[in-house]
Amino acid sequence: MKGHSARTDGPTGVVVAQVTEEELSGSELLGRLGGAADGAVVVFEGRVRDHNEGRIVVCLHYDTYREMAEDVLRQIASEAIERTGVTAIGALHRVGSLAPPAVSLVVAAAAGHRRPAFEACSYVIEELKRRLPLWKREEYADGTSRWLEGHTPAAGGRQGSRQRPEDAE
Amino acid sequence: MTRTFRLPVLLFGRHREVAGTPVVEVELAVGGTVSDLRAALALHEDLGAHLEKAAVAVNRRYESDEAHLTEGDEVAVIPPVAGG
Repeated sequence: MKGHSARTDGPTGVVVAQVTEEELSGSELLGRLGGAADGAVVVFEGRVRDHNEGRIVVCLHYDTYREMAEDVLRQIASEAIERTGVTAIGALHRVGSLAPPAVSLVVAAAAGHRRPAFEACSYVIEELKRRLPLWKREEYADGTSRWLEGHTPAAGGRQGSRQRPEDAE
Repeated sequence: MTRTFRLPVLLFGRHREVAGTPVVEVELAVGGTVSDLRAALALHEDLGAHLEKAAVAVNRRYESDEAHLTEGDEVAVIPPVAGG
């Protein structure tokens, strides 16, 4: 039960999930999602901020456990489809060294109507912050740097979401 | 005598930095658990102080301390995650 194949069954819907060193663009991702029946498309771009807690940030360095991260991203996107009924989700996270205001994260959802599309995007973002095995080190204008404190993921991922899909309603 | 096996453990983020290596090897008794792995890693001179908030992934899934480990498992110690 390793690898990508375990993550793509379950809900119907298109999932694009990738961790990449390539430049990201919300409009490029949107172009790959949705069809004529999708009256609503929502895209979120997360960008590298030039400040944090009063300090000037010159660079964010992202490290990842890529093989697992792509599995987790795909899993979260599948859960979002189960929960909201959107027709397509795309979630791309960039890694490597990024200077402000580079795009580090793009999440997009396509659906018949706006509400599920917004909900699906929000779900993916909140869950990836809890679970995606990815880390960032901030480098400051004064030459120092530090790893940002994050969330400790719970065993088994999101409680019950995979074991009991009937809870999706 | 207890039979043991050796397990490579993947490190990331600050763990990789403090340990100065992307992977450490741990010796565990056959039938050992994630909890035993944590106990072994706690003895590591550089990593030991940094593991309190870490999660453990086995074959790319987060596992509880009770989960059993076997030879050939892909094991990773996951510092608190900070994507986005």
